[in-house]
Amino acid sequence: MDSHLRQLEDQSVYILREAYKHFDHLAMLWSMGKDSTVLLWLVRKAFFGHVPFPLIHIDTSYKIPAMIEYRDRIAREWRLNLVIGMNTEALAQGMNHTMGRVTCCTALKTNGMKNLIAAKGYTGIILGVRADEEGTRAKERYFSPRDKHGDWDFREQPPELWDQFKTTFPEGTHIRIHPLLDWTEINIWEYIRAENIPIIDLYFDKGDGTRYRSLGCAPCTFPIKSTAKTVDEIIEELRSTTVAERSGRAQDEGRGMELLRKDGYM
Amino acid sequence: MPTLAPSAPRAREHLNIVIVGHVDHGKSTLLGRLYADTGSLPDGKLDKVRDICRRQGKEFEYAFLFDAFLEEQEQGITIDTARTFFKWEGRHYIIIDAPGHKEFLKNMVSGAARAEAALLVIDAHEGVKEQSKKHGYLLSLLGIRQVAVIVNKMDLVGYRQDVFEAIEKEYRAFLALLKVTPERFVPVSAKLGANIARQGEEMPWYTGPTVLETLGLFRKEASQERQPLRFPVQDVYKFDARRIIAGRIATGKVRVGDRLVFSPSNKSAMIKTIEAFNVEPVPTEATAGQSTGITLDEQIFIMRGEIASHEDSVPLVSTAFRCNLFWMGRRPLEAGKKYLLRLATREVECEIVALHRIIDTMDLAARETKTSVGRNEVAELTIRTKAPITFDLYSDFEATGRFVLVDQYDVSGGGIVTEVVKDEHTVLREEARRRDIAWVKGDVGAEDRARHFGHRDALVLITGKRHTGKSMLARQLEVRLVADGRHAYLLDGANLRRGLDADLAEEDTGEIVRRFGEVARLLMDTGLIVISTTNAFAGADHQAIRTLVHPTPVITVHMSKSEEAPPPDTDLVFAGPKDFEAIADQVIEELKRRGVLAQAIGAKPQFHYSI
Repeated sequence: MDSHLRQLEDQSVYILREAYKHFDHLAMLWSMGKDSTVLLWLVRKAFFGHVPFPLIHIDTSYKIPAMIEYRDRIAREWRLNLVIGMNTEALAQGMNHTMGRVTCCTALKTNGMKNLIAAKGYTGIILGVRADEEGTRAKERYFSPRDKHGDWDFREQPPELWDQFKTTFPEGTHIRIHPLLDWTEINIWEYIRAENIPIIDLYFDKGDGTRYRSLGCAPCTFPIKSTAKTVDEIIEELRSTTVAERSGRAQDEGRGMELLRKDGYM
Repeated sequence: MPTLAPSAPRAREHLNIVIVGHVDHGKSTLLGRLYADTGSLPDGKLDKVRDICRRQGKEFEYAFLFDAFLEEQEQGITIDTARTFFKWEGRHYIIIDAPGHKEFLKNMVSGAARAEAALLVIDAHEGVKEQSKKHGYLLSLLGIRQVAVIVNKMDLVGYRQDVFEAIEKEYRAFLALLKVTPERFVPVSAKLGANIARQGEEMPWYTGPTVLETLGLFRKEASQERQPLRFPVQDVYKFDARRIIAGRIATGKVRVGDRLVFSPSNKSAMIKTIEAFNVEPVPTEATAGQSTGITLDEQIFIMRGEIASHEDSVPLVSTAFRCNLFWMGRRPLEAGKKYLLRLATREVECEIVALHRIIDTMDLAARETKTSVGRNEVAELTIRTKAPITFDLYSDFEATGRFVLVDQYDVSGGGIVTEVVKDEHTVLREEARRRDIAWVKGDVGAEDRARHFGHRDALVLITGKRHTGKSMLARQLEVRLVADGRHAYLLDGANLRRGLDADLAEEDTGEIVRRFGEVARLLMDTGLIVISTTNAFAGADHQAIRTLVHPTPVITVHMSKSEEAPPPDTDLVFAGPKDFEAIADQVIEELKRRGVLAQAIGAKPQFHYSI
């Protein structure tokens, strides 16, 4: 493997092991996208084939059906402890993206997650966010505290140096753990290729000249024009593009992401 | 003479660079300009930001490109470090834009701690300011040796060479005090793009490299594979049949068949396998930087926080060291107060026993002696840890020579070890270390004995004045343990005095204690629970015995007639009239809690050793 990918892997594994050591109530968010699936693979690396904590999927009910099939297949094959969270209350009241994207994301994803964290008493949540995805994520810590309401105080982030992370926290708060912070989109694909990780096929063109570059809810995620049918072709395409990865994600418009993330969005 | 093409060997090389400097000296502008002038921005990003500026009726600034928070753009300052990814001539850069406002110094440190090289920005118009110096000092403390100084806003001083040279002279003299030699000084105008990606015709007197070329001249740090081995234990896993010792190798390398010594326990064993998931063929070695896992040929009990090395180059072990530290805590650091110290994977309680001086980062002079260190101050201290800790001097090993202090919930200070301070047990600790490393073992290991006996070895040390019932308790405890099928032995110090110590005079207390400790150590090596009570030993003697039997669990029980302060590190305290049976029960509970006894006493001993 390429030495830079190996360094990224070593750092992520170190972070995962720190998280496992320090948090008794630990879980990981798995969206079935390429990033959190790579993260899941890194968990198996860190713990020598085992996944020693539950995986959370926040189901908005608007996910692309192929994602659910893929989720259940991998969960079976890798013997995962899957925990599904859904904001049934908001859904019962008819929440959907036409009520406003930020409103819908907050209700179904942010609040869906917050409710699950509160119900299960998790104190550490591992997420696959990357610094190169968008501006506010570029300013994240590996171990990032969230207050009692799950909010992120970006003005008062803890110092983080020499791989000594924030692992102690007052009761009622929790820590978000970001082992993939240093990875770029292209690193993710290079690693998928190097390790031969089974990835969901929505990322590949299946003949109509389109594929997904980033996965989310069906109504708010749009495929891009691309004929990349293999991991190799995706890497080739990414090397020559200057189009932002999340250009097919409606929630990033305006200040959407800053507002969402301040309130505890992943 | 054959030369290598400069870009060839560095294809796929990644370098972390931090941009630091005083607030408003133009760090974010420099970063934005670098991206814009090399065509490295995503499509539409520049237009989008220009558009936002137009709508908000303010002048476009390159700094807005990476200041993601609304608050940052409104106030025109960077609040928190942003990491951006940049590629030029086949080399990948992760550029960390650190805030310059002194209120956000901890964010600057978080960013700079990850870097291999730094661009330090100084405003030509304002000159060298407070944070210019503080950042320079912190870079040297963080171990960043490659520094290039960017003198920005040359347009505001009419591109004058004398202004540039005066700043260079002043700042070079300051860096020399820190023993830092800057790579170079580059005069630029980030706003106008002079000497960023293109040569600035505005300054024909400058013929050196541009900022972009300066990045290309930074060198990748050499691998630390050739240094002696330091492998801090991160965790011990028992997910399946394998008992894997996991961690990241800080320096050096490990190979299957190597004999490792773990400090401070001084236990040793041979590497049987190197474990990995989805790696073919199975690895036989692992090197510096790798997060790995090993299994050993022998089941020895080791814990997170120990550092493995080879026998011929072991790290330092002590309870005290001198250090340089910078403080970022909300509350000041106070001498005499207790903090949690974290060094590599070890966590231990510590105390600041001496605050030698506060360093003024403006001129590096010592300031008046104080008893506390305020936020953003740098100081020289002596720290004492509650238990022995393994470390190195920072000048020898970076990763095991630096540490952080945690105050309440937060990492609040970072420091580097400059000097080991010998404590009163240094001589005994070194004796124990030499003895343990050279110990000739039979084929029956400690874990085999534990499985056979149904318990691990331990020392129950009963302390207190004469006639407080120490002896009664010791007898009671021995009877109870043996009746339950445990292997326990009462060792009274008086018994050694007439035999082993017959050649010693009453005042040879040091040697009497040493021999007692070595005998206890030997008995425990046979797998026994040793119960000891001796009137003659004082508090310091108990500490000496602990040092000699380390890392065997020691349970200290203090007995007294009335309430009194027990010696430090006492586990159980009993004052006043006593029910010895009840006290023995409590000691047995403590033995269970400490993992010495595997299950409820009375049941058939069936020991399963697990971590």
